[in-house]
Amino acid sequence: MTTTFLLDLVSSALVIVGVFFTLVGSIGLVKLSDFMKRLHCPTKASTLGVGCVLIASMIDFSLAGETSLHELLISLFIFITAPVSAHLMVKAALRDDPNIPRP
Amino acid sequence: MMRRLFPAPLLSAALFIAWLLLNGAAPAQLALGAVLATAIPWLTEPVRVDRPRFSAWPTLVRLGFVVLFDIVVSNVRVARLILGPEARIDPRFVWVPLTIRDPHGIVALAGIITLTPGTLSSDLSDDRRHLLVHCLNAGDEALLIATIKQRYEAPLIRIFEGAR
Repeated sequence: MTTTFLLDLVSSALVIVGVFFTLVGSIGLVKLSDFMKRLHCPTKASTLGVGCVLIASMIDFSLAGETSLHELLISLFIFITAPVSAHLMVKAALRDDPNIPRP
Repeated sequence: MMRRLFPAPLLSAALFIAWLLLNGAAPAQLALGAVLATAIPWLTEPVRVDRPRFSAWPTLVRLGFVVLFDIVVSNVRVARLILGPEARIDPRFVWVPLTIRDPHGIVALAGIITLTPGTLSSDLSDDRRHLLVHCLNAGDEALLIATIKQRYEAPLIRIFEGAR
């Protein structure tokens, strides 16, 4: 019973941490002034934010008696697709602003 | 014979495991997963022009942990930057010279740089020798370049180019 309680505590803490980082990412998206600065915010939300919530979900479902491993796949897919979408947005932004010195 | 049946054994294994993670390990799913893990690499063989060669598996695992650790650390750092006054942020583009030649290694490096908050890989020079990185708070450029090269690029060179 106590282990269940402890694990509940851990998963709740993870949810709160995850929500916090997602919130900070959203705040940054609203607050920061230019495109390149803003683009840094979603990477936070999609790594630690989603990561913490997924770990919490794994713990929670394991407690409920069914091992859930979908979360591993979700994080894998996010880790593969997030850099690609960020890269495409940077590419689009740099097209309008070609005054970055070439090496 | 095995080579003909499984032209990309790692891809087959990854597809099989992903299918089971998605659908559970019931006997029917095992069979369907095996069929897909055989058929998909076989059908996509013509579009894989340049296949990655992995070596140094312990290095790959260690790099995974280093990246996870750095994601957590830089998340906290960037969170403080975002919540603090915006004038403290010093964003800049930095060209990082690349030693790694393997295109898969460059993709992995660019992905790692984007996933760790605070840095964002933006462009690759046409000769694939420089990576354009946007830093939310650049500070010391030389230190940033040295960190990227030592922490991420060196292991990736061992992983993707070690066998050559």
